[in-house]
Amino acid sequence: MNANLILLLITGALVGMISGYLGSFMVLKRMSLVGDALSHVALPGMAVALILNLNPMLGAFIALSLAVIGVWYLSEKSEIYPEALVGVFFTASLAIGILITPEPELLEALFGNFEKVGLIDAALIVFASIIIFTVISAISKKLILGIVSEDLAKVQGIKMKTINLIYLFLVGLVVALGVKFVGTLLMGALVVVPAVAAKNISGSIKSYQITSSLLGITSIVIGLLLSKSLNFSSGPIIVLVSISIFVLSYIFKRK
Amino acid sequence: MRPNIDEDVLKLSDLSVRFGNQKVLDNVSFSVKRDDTLAIIGPNGAGKSVLFRAILNLIPYTGEVRWADNVKIGYVPQRLSVQKDLPLTVLEFLKLKENNFLKIEKVLKSVGVSNENILKNRLGDLSGGETQRILIANALLGSPQVLLFDEPTSGVDIVGEETIYGLIERLKKEVDLTIIFISHELDIVYKHATNVLCLNKEKICYGVPHEVIDKVTLDKMYGEDVKIYKHSDHNKHNRHHEC
Repeated sequence: MNANLILLLITGALVGMISGYLGSFMVLKRMSLVGDALSHVALPGMAVALILNLNPMLGAFIALSLAVIGVWYLSEKSEIYPEALVGVFFTASLAIGILITPEPELLEALFGNFEKVGLIDAALIVFASIIIFTVISAISKKLILGIVSEDLAKVQGIKMKTINLIYLFLVGLVVALGVKFVGTLLMGALVVVPAVAAKNISGSIKSYQITSSLLGITSIVIGLLLSKSLNFSSGPIIVLVSISIFVLSYIFKRK
Repeated sequence: MRPNIDEDVLKLSDLSVRFGNQKVLDNVSFSVKRDDTLAIIGPNGAGKSVLFRAILNLIPYTGEVRWADNVKIGYVPQRLSVQKDLPLTVLEFLKLKENNFLKIEKVLKSVGVSNENILKNRLGDLSGGETQRILIANALLGSPQVLLFDEPTSGVDIVGEETIYGLIERLKKEVDLTIIFISHELDIVYKHATNVLCLNKEKICYGVPHEVIDKVTLDKMYGEDVKIYKHSDHNKHNRHHEC
């Protein structure tokens, strides 16, 4: 195994772990589809960054941040989640992204290309993962209480609006980190699928979060190794690995 | 004027709540003194739960809600609407509020949960009565000075019901507590409340139950026909206790 592959596996594992951890809240918040749609917004951001010769992850993060503010505003504003609007808006941004992304980069932006993960990307991923992990650990209890009962959380003086916004920003950040590996079309799956699989087999929140993180790591590491040896793009392989894990978890679902 | 901390724990002035064009609560004013047990009664749709949500600052309202300075409030909602397969154990739920297991144990004992196996159950797997006890335990973990109960009886069988009110009385003896609870059962109100607020979108009566609940206020709240039904329901309830 060469040094490059080891670097790739380590950064990939970090992204998988953080995606699984963040995704565990997303699934309980019943926002799985939003997580998926959100990832599409990364594309126009990456396109603009590529045109301006900037790091695509940065472009993705800026576009995602704007989308996150939009999602947050809509969900705090109305009692019923306006998912139709989210669906329309995010598909539109995908369409625009496909049009403006330079042709040579389009395929890897959509489906991921791990060969393009360099040293600077790796350093960024490690740094961002530490930030995400620290922040999410700090607000984890509040998020969970908000999932159980938003009223109880508010009565305890927890500012749920702020907590939800911080959380969504972290999701935007993790999607920006993951697009290199999985691509903007399939990154949502990496956030959602490990968590759904973990929910099938967990009886406590602790085991749920740990399992979800581990399944995220497993999906990326096995997916990367497979795509390297089979010479396929990494995104679809990683997602199919995570889906296979989901199917297994469904078979062994706890009652 | 700020409420005096030794006197009023809560003071409402002209509280009104609107849902769209509909006025759900109209100019409700009253105050709650420290150590009171206030019952809020009224028919379905009278705005009892809305009143709770307004004084807890969960929904927008007009008028004024003033709590005594630094008062600690515990809230026991009517039910939890959690997904049945939410992977959260009862212990994990309680630990969201209090990390110290000894404190959790103590509070569980005081709400009458003696079997600690329940701690390993998922929150969504609990029965109505169990959920209510766990919610009370959750509220007590914050060492509140005021406890708000939204219909403590619902979802619990008769024997359990009595224990929940017995529990309220016992808690009041143990610690300095002001209680505000929503109910629709008059006998419970007579038995356990020091004050009663009769509500039907507006304040119909307020004061000591035996003094302020009479035929006129009941007619105003429920209408005459319903009152007779209430009465027989009340008798049936008593018979259950004699068995």
